[in-house]
Amino acid sequence: MSEEKRLLNVSASPHFRSSDTVTGIMLDVIIAMVPSLLASVYIFGLRVLLVTAVSVLSCVGFEYVSRKIMKRHNTLADLSAVVTGMLLAFNLPVDIPLAMVVIGAAVAIIVAKQFFGGIGQNFVNPALVGRIVLMVSFPVQMSKYGMPFAWQHKGADIVTTATPLSVLGNPASDVQLPRLIEMLLGIRQGSIGEVCAIALIFGFIYLLIRRVIKATIPLCFVGTVALIMLIASKGDLTFVAYEVLSGGLLLGAIFMATDYTTSPVNFKGQVIFAVGCGIITSVIRLFGSLPEGVSFSIIIMNILVPQIEKFTTPKPFGTVKEKKAKEAAQ
Amino acid sequence: MADKKKPLYKEFTKGLIKENPVLRLVLGTCPTLAVTTSVESAIGMGLSASFVLICSNIVISALRKLIPDKVRIPSYIVVIASFTTIVQMLVKAFLPEIDKQLGVYLPLIVVNCIIFGRAEAYAGKNRVIASAVDGVGMGVGFTVALFLMGTIREFFGSGAFYGHRIFPENMPAMTVFILAPGGFFVFGLLMACANKLAEKKGVPKAELKGCSECPMAQSCKIALIDKEKCEENTAKEATAE
Repeated sequence: MSEEKRLLNVSASPHFRSSDTVTGIMLDVIIAMVPSLLASVYIFGLRVLLVTAVSVLSCVGFEYVSRKIMKRHNTLADLSAVVTGMLLAFNLPVDIPLAMVVIGAAVAIIVAKQFFGGIGQNFVNPALVGRIVLMVSFPVQMSKYGMPFAWQHKGADIVTTATPLSVLGNPASDVQLPRLIEMLLGIRQGSIGEVCAIALIFGFIYLLIRRVIKATIPLCFVGTVALIMLIASKGDLTFVAYEVLSGGLLLGAIFMATDYTTSPVNFKGQVIFAVGCGIITSVIRLFGSLPEGVSFSIIIMNILVPQIEKFTTPKPFGTVKEKKAKEAAQ
Repeated sequence: MADKKKPLYKEFTKGLIKENPVLRLVLGTCPTLAVTTSVESAIGMGLSASFVLICSNIVISALRKLIPDKVRIPSYIVVIASFTTIVQMLVKAFLPEIDKQLGVYLPLIVVNCIIFGRAEAYAGKNRVIASAVDGVGMGVGFTVALFLMGTIREFFGSGAFYGHRIFPENMPAMTVFILAPGGFFVFGLLMACANKLAEKKGVPKAELKGCSECPMAQSCKIALIDKEKCEENTAKEATAE
């Protein structure tokens, strides 16, 4: 009996019962990602669907096999592997070889998620770990971003060009930046899920309405980046708009920084977490050798979450802080 | 001596899996992670460290009654440093390639915790022959662990084995394996395998028993809080019963 006592600590009433289930929340996240997926299919062609399907299927497959080998109960039904698969695909360029997608899925599910105990136990976002391992291992293939609408031009096999961020980071480049409205619609180079800002914002609003996520993390994250860029460019608003719309900032802020397992629980912690993400992203973009830093910033802050939680745990009602209690005793 | 009854071969075999210095005792992780990017440097490191380990074990064990307890650590360091210097000079003279690959990690054998740990835990208390056998066993365990890590990391990280490319030309290797994160990952996997093997040989399974069991518990704040809580809980349970 003592084991059960430790597992479940029932406090005094009142008790709430919520009808939320993991499957339901994951389904909402999947629905929120569908607009971006569709937009991407329109922009980059049908290969988007192929990459996404391979990523999702291999994630689900690895989840099933690793749970089976570790003799744990099957968790396919909670759809978390599907979400990880979709997020991983969203972080990859369209023309990536499919074998690399499978490797990324293996790293994400087996190493980042199941080695640490599966859903709810992973200390960093699995899809981001998959992306970063691929990024470090295959830098050439991971930064070969296809041109938008290249699939409509039958002549060339692949047309590649610099992403807006690498153009911004290199003033000497003669590549034209896409116009702002194109940035908003997603007619630019980039990985599958990050290009169409409007579709991502649709997903964000859906998640807000369904109360799957709170606006705290995405707004603070994007707001911090915008503020720092505003200061760095001495008030150039166009530059700020480009920085906010380009790269994986919106995708990361909306879908990846808000992962329940790897973000703080309460408001104060979430603000610290998101501002930290924003600062690291901006520092990497402004001073780093890589053009993009969203994934690294989220991973770094993920690792710091236990510390943040420790500092921001609210005081239970009716208790006195240790220091005050000592003073009172004297 | 109490351990006279223990057969000598057991002093050797314990270094392979049961008390493998890198994978079970988690000593000497610094050279383990740093030099295992290729099989060649891994073997070089393993052999030179083993040489120092065996020689210093013998000498320290022979001198164990002469060395006063209070200055044993400086004395051990003098012994280990002399052998490290010998190895370094030999490698520089005859294997300059390996010397270049190992770089600063070769002289750093002086402060390798495996050698120091064996001197402190074994050679300083046991007879010469047993200490020599212990050194051989630990050295073989260390070298084998480094060799395994080097093989895995070189195979996946540069698609090669001992400098010969195995992967087909157009197949890119996963660079992450020869970087630090890949090193930690392979290290973790090998440790898990070694633990599994040791369990099969009858070593009790390592358990997490909360912070108060940790050797750092005396000085660590978290452990003290944890201990207080544990005591409170047990007190509560006792009163409830």
